[in-house]
Amino acid sequence: MLWNNALTIEIFRPMSALTLATLRTGEIATIVSIHAEEALHQRLLALGFRSGKRIELIRKASFSGPLQVRIGTTDILLRRNEAAKIKVCKT
Amino acid sequence: MKRVALLGMPNTGKSTLFNRMTGGSARVGNWPGITVELLSGKILLGADMVEVIDLPGIYDLHGFSDDEQVVRHFLHDNVPNLALVILNATQIERQISLLLQLKQLNINIVVLLNMTDEAKKYGISIDSRKMTELLSMPIYQISGKYGTGYHEALQAITKALRYPTPGMAEQVRSQLEQDEHIETEMARVLKHAVQIPARLPENLTEKLDSVMLHPWLGLPIFFGIMYLLFQGIFLMGQPLQAGVAELLSWLRETALEPALSSLPAMLQGLLLDGIYNGVATVAAFVPIIVLFFLLMAIVEDSGYLSRAAFLMDALMARMGLDGRGFVMLLMGFGCNVPALMGTRVMRSRAMRLLTMLVIPFSLCSARLQVFVFITAALFTAQAAPLVLFSLYLLSFASAILTALLFKGQFKNSEPFVLELPPYRFPTARQMMLRGWQEVTHFLRRASQFIIAGVVLVWLLTNLPASAAPASSETFAGIIGTWLHPLFAPVGINEQLTIALLFGFVAKEIVIGSLAVIYGLSGTALGGALAQQLDWVQAYSFMLFTLLYTPCLSAIATLKSESKHTGYTLLAIVWSLALAWLVSFVFYQGARALGY
Repeated sequence: MLWNNALTIEIFRPMSALTLATLRTGEIATIVSIHAEEALHQRLLALGFRSGKRIELIRKASFSGPLQVRIGTTDILLRRNEAAKIKVCKT
Repeated sequence: MKRVALLGMPNTGKSTLFNRMTGGSARVGNWPGITVELLSGKILLGADMVEVIDLPGIYDLHGFSDDEQVVRHFLHDNVPNLALVILNATQIERQISLLLQLKQLNINIVVLLNMTDEAKKYGISIDSRKMTELLSMPIYQISGKYGTGYHEALQAITKALRYPTPGMAEQVRSQLEQDEHIETEMARVLKHAVQIPARLPENLTEKLDSVMLHPWLGLPIFFGIMYLLFQGIFLMGQPLQAGVAELLSWLRETALEPALSSLPAMLQGLLLDGIYNGVATVAAFVPIIVLFFLLMAIVEDSGYLSRAAFLMDALMARMGLDGRGFVMLLMGFGCNVPALMGTRVMRSRAMRLLTMLVIPFSLCSARLQVFVFITAALFTAQAAPLVLFSLYLLSFASAILTALLFKGQFKNSEPFVLELPPYRFPTARQMMLRGWQEVTHFLRRASQFIIAGVVLVWLLTNLPASAAPASSETFAGIIGTWLHPLFAPVGINEQLTIALLFGFVAKEIVIGSLAVIYGLSGTALGGALAQQLDWVQAYSFMLFTLLYTPCLSAIATLKSESKHTGYTLLAIVWSLALAWLVSFVFYQGARALGY
């Protein structure tokens, strides 16, 4: 049942499933929302992560390593599990 | 004395500016309300001496990282007469939030816009007059690296210091929680004063990164760079170290020995072999530390360290460490002491402590000397390289095991979200200052501890006066006999136990101490060892030497960097326990298999 539910959500709200971690190299997206715990949230805000901001995935490290993203003039490294907490939509 | 606090986000060139302001006069010191040490320096501004304090770089005044808490507590308990806020002009659109947060504290502020030259290359233009007007704060454009705009800024600081310091409200935190207000004001200022092109022109950093961070080439280049660093430290460090040693022994022979010859033999021994050798032990680290930090300054200031973190993070994250820890671990194979000091680049205390627990397992050059001597004496030329290689493997394995075992204990709560700065040319001045600062730090913090340790071991191996040095009648010999039940199961005899006691001071003196203990040296000593020990015993001794406490200097550094006696004890006890266990399993296993 649980599986069914999840699938339904996937079908009806495809946008919400897209996170920073699922972007491909070179893709540009807009931040929709950030679902992180207090400390991470604060840090992301301070580095310029805000809903509505354009974000570009510059590259991914090998062996499931961190991601390099760009917001405005700043390049930022973050791990994939942290990137998964940032919902985006493609522009 | 009036206090000026340097504030800003990481990668704003804050430390470069601090070094320019204070020259080499900076000292680390303690401050009320915080537990970490901060660099500060006293300078003459106008007619008054002013103390300049370099606060850690922070992103957010109400963030919760270790550094952000340090800055908050510092400002709360030591309200500065002036906050000098450094902003990176290339990232002005998000750096301004910190400035507005600080503005709310109602303290005197002078703003320095750094890296305006770099910002111009990105097409970012900043109207500093307009911004001064909107923020009602003095704003100056400078280049910390080249020193332009520096004198005007100093004059502004001198002037600003003449104003009385407005008292800061007690409820710092509640004042800081006006996020919404900050965001709207931020947008207003940026809209009117700053223009940023929608898409940045491709620049050198991007071209370099496409090679340096390449999915396939990135890691080989990283290891290549590490190898070069490593070789650099060795090729330049060894002659320097030998030079220092030669100078010290020349001084001993020509000046100290004749001067002290009238003293009783015992006192002479204590002064020369105890205290003076202690000084020599400390001095031997000086060239290595200077070189290490000269080279680390290049790696760090050029922006490559963050790239190394990017490349190595996949592996290190699984061990509870991060990519920068790997760089320090690798550097530890040269010498553990500067590698331990280098962990200061990590801002999370838990991760730093875990990395410092792991580094001492790196097979450093001093241990290599012991292994080379023993493998040459006891193993065939074919087997020797394999033996050495197995020790390197074991060194890595113990580091990984330690990280895995203790990562729950030192749980890192700080997220791995790092800024990737553009590549920059490090300046020679910055490199020199770094090397100088680290050496003075080491000398001040570690030298007494190391000298005391060397003297203690000398006393143990030379007292009572009736016993021959390092013989079984000395206190060291008695301890060796007393420890025998503990070391017999790992195949280490009493003579080797005494050598291990010496090895606690420094691994460089293990072979020398064996020479004293056996009364033989060079190939004769090798021959005696080969006769007395079989390869299982020798290998067990090498395993123990590899894993137990690297040296007194490393312990002194662990203690001065962690400022925690319990942690230092844990590091010593754990390495001793692991050394004994591994030697035990190997020795008993090999014997059980009939070797």
